[in-house]
Amino acid sequence: MTAAAITTQARPRRRYGSMSRDRRWALRWSYFFLTVFAIFFLMPPVYMLITSLKTSAEISAATNPWWVYHPTLGNYIELLSSSQYLTFFRNSALVSVIVVTITMLISVPAAFALARMRFWGSTALATGVFLTYLIPETLLFIPLFKMFALVNEYTGIELINRWWVLLLLYPTLTVPFCTWIMIGYFASIPKELDEAALMDGANYRQILTRVFIPVALPGLIAATIFAFTVSWAQFLYPLAFTTSADQLVLPVGIVTSLIKGDVFNWGQIMTGALLGAAPPLIIYAFLMDYYIAGLTAGATKG
Amino acid sequence: MAQVSLRKLFKRFDDTEAVRGIDLDIADKEFVVLVGPSGCGKTTTLRMIAGLEEVSAGEIAVDGEVVNDVPPKDRDMAMVFQNYALYPHMTVYENMSFGLRLKRYPKEEIARRVQEAARILDITELLDRKPRQLSGGQRQRVAMGRAIVRNPKVFLFDEPLSNLDAKLRVQMRTEIKRVHQKVRTTTVYVTHDQVEAMTLADRVVVMNRGRIEQIGPPNELYHAPKTRFVAGFIGSPAMNFLPCRLEEDDGALRVHLSEELALPVPPARVARYRPYAGRPGLTFGLRPEHVTESKSNGGTPLSMIDALIEVAEPLGMETLVFFRINGLDVCGRVSPNAGAREGARMRLCASLDNMHLIDDATGTVI
Repeated sequence: MTAAAITTQARPRRRYGSMSRDRRWALRWSYFFLTVFAIFFLMPPVYMLITSLKTSAEISAATNPWWVYHPTLGNYIELLSSSQYLTFFRNSALVSVIVVTITMLISVPAAFALARMRFWGSTALATGVFLTYLIPETLLFIPLFKMFALVNEYTGIELINRWWVLLLLYPTLTVPFCTWIMIGYFASIPKELDEAALMDGANYRQILTRVFIPVALPGLIAATIFAFTVSWAQFLYPLAFTTSADQLVLPVGIVTSLIKGDVFNWGQIMTGALLGAAPPLIIYAFLMDYYIAGLTAGATKG
Repeated sequence: MAQVSLRKLFKRFDDTEAVRGIDLDIADKEFVVLVGPSGCGKTTTLRMIAGLEEVSAGEIAVDGEVVNDVPPKDRDMAMVFQNYALYPHMTVYENMSFGLRLKRYPKEEIARRVQEAARILDITELLDRKPRQLSGGQRQRVAMGRAIVRNPKVFLFDEPLSNLDAKLRVQMRTEIKRVHQKVRTTTVYVTHDQVEAMTLADRVVVMNRGRIEQIGPPNELYHAPKTRFVAGFIGSPAMNFLPCRLEEDDGALRVHLSEELALPVPPARVARYRPYAGRPGLTFGLRPEHVTESKSNGGTPLSMIDALIEVAEPLGMETLVFFRINGLDVCGRVSPNAGAREGARMRLCASLDNMHLIDDATGTVI
C-alpha cells in the first residue's frame, strides 16, 4: 500500500494550469486587442466630433487639437439652417430609400428563383450575378458616360447631372451582392419546407411571401443594411455623374460645397460628415440584434 | 376518401432509373406501406403520388382520374415529412391552419378543425408554441395534425418516425395506427423499417431496385414470401439462407446442408419439391424462430442439428444463438433457460414444416 503510494508520487506528473487561469489570460489578450482596435477605428469619428464643436478660429489656432476650449454648436446651427445641406440630405435619403426598395424588390425574387426553382442555366446565372459584383465600379465610368450619351442622342433624355440617375446606377452595386446573400439564406432553408407549403396548397408567390421571407428575415435585414450603407456612402458615382448643387448627395455635397478653392471649412465639413453618418448608425442600432442573428443563422438546427 | 392506382409507373433521373414499372392499386381507406432498402424507389414513388416529382412514364390515378399533370396543391393530399418540415416562424396553430388559411376557409371552421385535430393528437395545450419549443415527438404530432386538419383524400407519410428515438418510435407507431382508425383516410406510408411496415399496414408493398417484389398483408409476406429478397428482408433477425442439395435416399427426400447434415423434407412438401431433386442452385431458408432447443417444437429426431454455439445474445424473453453450418452463420432462437453459452454444444431442432426452398436462378421461392 505504502510502496504503491510512493511510486505514484515519484512519477513525474504532467502539470496543467487551471482552466480558469487559461481563460483569464485569453480574456486579457482579447481585451488588449479589442481596445487597440476600438481606439484605432474610433479616433476619426471622435476627432470629427471634437472639431465640429470648435469655431474656425479655434481650429486654426495652435492649441491641443484633441480638446475643445470654447465649445459651440454654431456649426450645427449654420449647417442645419442652410437649405443647401438639407437638399443634399434629402437627395441622399431619397436615393438610399428608393435604392433599397428597388434592390429588395429585385434581389429577393431573383434569389428565390435561383435558389429554389431549378431551371436550365440557374447555376450559371447565379455565378454570373456574383461575377458582375466583382467588376470594379471605377472601371465603369467611361462606358456608362458613353451609354448615357447614346441614350441622350436617341431619346433626348438627359441622364447626366440628375440625382435620380443614381437610382439606376446604385442597384448595379447592391443587387448582385444582396441576391448572393439571399441565395445563401434561401438555400439554407430545408427543401421540405417549400414542399410542405406546396402540399398545403401554396403557389410559388405564397411560398416566397409567407414562408421564405419570414424564415429568412435576418438575412433580409442584413441585405437591407448592406444596400442602405452602400447607397448612403457611395461617393464615386455621384461625384462623376452629378454636378449642380441641387442634384448632389451628401458625401459629394459636403466636399464640393464646403471646400472652396483652397479654403477648407473644417468645422462644417466635420459637422456635415458626422450628421451624415447618423442615419446608418441609427439603422444599425435598431436592427443590430437581427443583423447579428442573421450573421449566425443556420448555425443551429432550426 | 379515395382510391389510388399506379399504372406502369417509371421515374428516371438523368441516367438512373429509380422506379421501374410499378403497378399498384390502393383501396379506399386502406393503409399501404411501401418498404424496402435505401434506394429502392419507395420515396420517389411517394413523391410522384404527391406530385413533388414528375412522372417519367406511366399513370397515377386518384378515383379513376389521371393526376399526372395536376400540381400538388390541387391533388388534395397531405404529406408528413421525415424532418417534420414545420414552418419555424409560425405557432403550432398557425402551422396546422396554414393550408386552410390559404384556401380561405372561414375562421370558425378553421378553429373547429384545428381544435378537433389537436384533440385527436393530444396537443391542445401546445397550440400557442413555436416548433422550436417542441420535442421531436410533439413536432411529429403537429406535422400529423397539419395533415389531418385538411381532411385530404390521401395521407402520405415519408419515413415519419426515422428521426425519433427507439422508444418514441414505438409509441408514435401506435399513435399513427390509432389516428388512422379514427380518421380512416387512404394512407401511403414509406419506411425502411420492416417492423413499422408489418405493424402498421393493411398491405405491405416490398420494393427492391425500383420494382415491386411482393404485395400482401403482413402475415402473408412473413409466412409465404415469394422471393428470396422478401424472405430475407421481412423478419428480424433475418431468415437463415444456406446453399443445399435435394436428394432422394431410399424413397425419402432430404435436404443436404453439408456432408454430414441432411434433414428430411416434411411429407406435405415432398410433392412440391421432388422435381428439384438432384438439381444444383438451390437455397434452403429457415427463420431463426424455427431453429430452437429440441424440447419445445416437437420436431422429429431426424431434423436435429448439433451446434457449437459461437455467440449467444440474451434478449431477456429469448436468446439468439449463432453457430455455423458448412462455414456459414446460422441464427437460432432458444429459451433463456436452455443454457445457451458461447462455446457450448447444443442440440437444436429445425422445424422444417416452415422451411423455404429458393431457386437461385430466379430468386423465387419454390
